[in-house]
Amino acid sequence: MAKKGRWMLCVLALVVFSVLLTGCKQDKPTLYVYNWGDYIDEDILEEFEKEFNMRVVYDTFSTNEDLYVKLKSGGSTYDVIFPSDYMLTRMLNENMLEKIDLGKIPNHRHIDASLMGTVYDPKNEYSLPYMWGTIGILYNTTLVNQPIDSWDALWDSRYAKEILMLDSQRDSLAVALIRLGYSINTLDKQELAEAGQLLKEQKPLVLAYVVDEGKDKMVSGEAALALTWSGEAMYAISENEDLAYAIPKEGTNVWFDVMAVPKGAQNLEGALQFMDFLNRPEIALRNAEYIGYATPNLAAREMLPDEIRNDPQAYPGQAVLENAEFFVHLGDTLKDYDRIWTEVKAH
Amino acid sequence: MKRSTLFPYLIWMVLFIVVPMFLVLYYAFTVPTESGATWSLENFARFFEPIYLKVLWRSLRLALFSTVICLIIGYPAAMVMAGNAFERKSVVLLLFVVPMWMNFLLRTYAWLTILERNGVINVLLANLNLPSLNILYTEGAVVLGMVYNFLPFMVLPIYSVLSKIDRGVVEAAGDLGANSLQVFAKVIFPLSLPGVVSGVTMVFMPALTTFVISRLLGGGQFTLIGNLIEQQFLVVGDWGFGSSISVVMIVLILLSMAIMSFFEGEEKDVALW
Repeated sequence: MAKKGRWMLCVLALVVFSVLLTGCKQDKPTLYVYNWGDYIDEDILEEFEKEFNMRVVYDTFSTNEDLYVKLKSGGSTYDVIFPSDYMLTRMLNENMLEKIDLGKIPNHRHIDASLMGTVYDPKNEYSLPYMWGTIGILYNTTLVNQPIDSWDALWDSRYAKEILMLDSQRDSLAVALIRLGYSINTLDKQELAEAGQLLKEQKPLVLAYVVDEGKDKMVSGEAALALTWSGEAMYAISENEDLAYAIPKEGTNVWFDVMAVPKGAQNLEGALQFMDFLNRPEIALRNAEYIGYATPNLAAREMLPDEIRNDPQAYPGQAVLENAEFFVHLGDTLKDYDRIWTEVKAH
Repeated sequence: MKRSTLFPYLIWMVLFIVVPMFLVLYYAFTVPTESGATWSLENFARFFEPIYLKVLWRSLRLALFSTVICLIIGYPAAMVMAGNAFERKSVVLLLFVVPMWMNFLLRTYAWLTILERNGVINVLLANLNLPSLNILYTEGAVVLGMVYNFLPFMVLPIYSVLSKIDRGVVEAAGDLGANSLQVFAKVIFPLSLPGVVSGVTMVFMPALTTFVISRLLGGGQFTLIGNLIEQQFLVVGDWGFGSSISVVMIVLILLSMAIMSFFEGEEKDVALW
């Protein structure tokens, strides 16, 4: 008797479970979004779900390479992804992206024309810019009592063991290359070797090579100067008002994160609707305010508070942009960059 | 055991151990060409260049150093815990194990805030009017991180072997006139060797291949072999070179295990693995 009762219970549990599971799986189409961690105002996702009667499954990654490996290994289908510029090139080269129909994204007209049609995707057939920024020096004004306007500050022996560099080969080598007056995408081994030498000379002054933890270290006053991305810098400044960000006069790198649709997306229609939704001025505004990075959406930028909108560090003017370079995907030459960088770090 | 019960394990091992191993070997011994790939030792030749050997040497040195420190701290701790005089055994055992319930990354992050310039230790020192210490982002911090994270792997196997030693053997040695030092050197330590060997292996291997500890606590300045491998797969996308480093590591670990099993002697049945 007891055995029979247990069987009945099992069957009952099974029935209840399957009813519950089908309950979740309504007729609503699902949109799978894969974005950087903490890189969207999540309320916006809910609004999108309501307005378009769609279910959004939102996952996050922490580096471009994670995104690449996950897509490359297959088995996961996303509808909207947010790679950075050079990763966009790599994905395009490997035919990993779906074409997008700009006609279905009318709000793309709000995007700054100077940020459209970049080298990465000249006709915006595959992507639209999501956020953009520069690299520069984040510094603590209580520990640095001179104006910072040059990359030389990162080689200044007065700040020995007060300097944080990025543990990112492209970015750190870019600074050395800019300082030497070379292109940050150089393929010349001699130029790279010189840049490596410069970084080796700098190493005794460097406190650490960091990535995500760098902004927290700056906020807590652990170091005086740090090579940082502008978005991270804006966050750090909002946490500690002694901090300031400078784009050195020798030039900088302008980077983008874009929205794109990977090959094999199941909900292409939804993906385009989502991209259009994110470019609605009021949505883009809220998103920009939440994230703190520079939005390419001009209509949204117009609505930002004056002190942010006109902040030359957050939204650098034309002069800075003209003096800036994009990263280009290097293909096999990346091995040379890696070797130089390994030499610097093993020095 | 019946053959049919072994079957699922066999499939599991083939799928998740044998196949990946062959993939690693394949990538290590080939270089991509226009039309696929050709066999080549190029990846290995590259590894034996001075900069990469330097990284290997640093990894070996730090791993060995951490293992020795773990042994020096861990052995007495295991002895105290296994001793009869000690009543709160389970509490101490629990204290060793509880931190392992917490995420490894989280614990390592915690050390960042403890060691940093305005961190817990330096604030304490400042309050005592003592000069501050720069510990974070040094080799010492990396070793500290390894010892902290891997110590339980040293203590537990030694403890489990020590607590199984027949008390009678120890008493007999005493009755026959050995002093406590001789009892330890001639009876307890030789009997505990399998545990020591397990502990040493279980600390040495993860210490040799870690990349998170050296990145967080070393501030990226002390590239270890694990960082090198991670970099090849995630940043450069050079799977061939990454695989060849992994193969070198596998060979090194096999070698060290062979040396270990030589020391292990005939007490194999007591060893944990």
